[in-house]
Amino acid sequence: MKNILIIIKKEIKDTLKNKAVFLQFVIMPVLTLIMENAINVEGMPELYFMKMFSIMFIGMAPLAACAAIISEEKEKNTLRVLMMSNVKPWQYLIGIGVYVWIICMCGAAVMSIGLKGKDVLIYLSVMGVGFAISILIGSCVGIYAKNQMVATSLYMPVFMVLAFLPMLALFNETIKKVSKIFYTQQIRMILDDMSFDGITYQSAIIVSVNTALAIALFFLIFKKKGLE
Amino acid sequence: MIRCKDIHKSFGEKEVLKGISFDIPNGKIFGLLGPSGAGKTTLIKILTGQLDFEKGEAYILNKDVSKLTGEDKADIGIMMDQFGVYERLSCMDNLKIFADIYGIPKSRIIETLALVGLEDAINKAASDLSKGMRVRLQLARVFLNTPSILFLDEPTTGLDPMTQKLIHKIILDKKESGCTIFLTTHNMEEAAKLCDEVALLNEGVIVDSGSPKDICRRYNHQKKILIHLTSGKDMEFTHDGKCAEQICRLMEDGKIETIHSSEPNLETVFLELTGRKLED
Repeated sequence: MKNILIIIKKEIKDTLKNKAVFLQFVIMPVLTLIMENAINVEGMPELYFMKMFSIMFIGMAPLAACAAIISEEKEKNTLRVLMMSNVKPWQYLIGIGVYVWIICMCGAAVMSIGLKGKDVLIYLSVMGVGFAISILIGSCVGIYAKNQMVATSLYMPVFMVLAFLPMLALFNETIKKVSKIFYTQQIRMILDDMSFDGITYQSAIIVSVNTALAIALFFLIFKKKGLE
Repeated sequence: MIRCKDIHKSFGEKEVLKGISFDIPNGKIFGLLGPSGAGKTTLIKILTGQLDFEKGEAYILNKDVSKLTGEDKADIGIMMDQFGVYERLSCMDNLKIFADIYGIPKSRIIETLALVGLEDAINKAASDLSKGMRVRLQLARVFLNTPSILFLDEPTTGLDPMTQKLIHKIILDKKESGCTIFLTTHNMEEAAKLCDEVALLNEGVIVDSGSPKDICRRYNHQKKILIHLTSGKDMEFTHDGKCAEQICRLMEDGKIETIHSSEPNLETVFLELTGRKLED
């Protein structure tokens, strides 16, 4: 537990100075606040920008942050120093995961400002699940990549699929059919309804399968590559 | 304290360590000398449990290296060239991470930074440090928890003479305080100055070992005496009766400016044994 907290503390200090990661965390919440308050077109669905940016936030920030943090530590060999200092790989990964999840949840809390009281809980719950799956996928990329450059080229296509398909699905039925197999599209649909009762079995199963696949992939890559 | 017996290690088809054996007693500085690619870093990685090996035995703190616990690792300090620092964090914050891991108070961080001469750079980001300062920060990280064994992988390579001198002093101070130090270098002057014992490693084999002076004496085949006369002339003599008389006469006549025996140094010994230079 102590080492996990040390990793979280280190990341908090580092993120404030790491513009690339810091931007990932603030850009969507800030854009949401600006767009929701500045643009009000007649006939536009309620909370249109908030829902759109929420999905992009899930598909982008945790994935990019985890991949960038882990791959940078591998590239600079600071991860090896931590391992030699008796920090266990699982402590490190949990530390990074918890840190990214908390920061993303803070961002989600900011994005939920326009919601009614009862909707905040469903919104944050759903966002929390989405962040967790993205963190697992981002960690897979970070563990697999040798350095930051490889990590960037790996997570970009994943990010495009997870973050942009739900947005494109609004305009194209075929894309929507494909997009439905991803958790981000299912979360988008849940956010459209914004109630626990509105979560269909289909959504729950698809999100669960996505989670299981992300966990399996994580353990597979971790077993093969480790943290060295 | 550190013991190796018949260590073998291969990367693919290439065998990089071919039966390495040595013993390092407590409180000594052991230098592993060899050119780049000789297998020095591989051996450090094996001894610190970072790398598996195919054959042989390796012990640290009287324990098999594969069975080192977290507590054991806290008693081992490792500084390798490839180990990085957190670029965006200050020197203080860099060390704070490890101080927290080891449960060391903040006052000790300041003490350690002062020890390596970085007291004025406490709040400076690591990315703003010069190469020498960065090495000193890495050393500070190693010294933070006062380990009883230090592994230093070419700690002064590429540094200016002043910084080298400072690091040498720190290493000798650590030895004085009872630390056992395993040092790799391809700088024979550094090895001769710091090490109680050295091993000459070439292509995965220790070609000779012993104290630097003993090794040099062992290979002193020529046994020449070099004399610089007051007239400016240089003369070379061998160790025999006839030359002794000549030297005696020159001395009596007051014609000698300087007189030196010409033992080989570690560089020439290595060259004689392997046909390669240490800094190849």
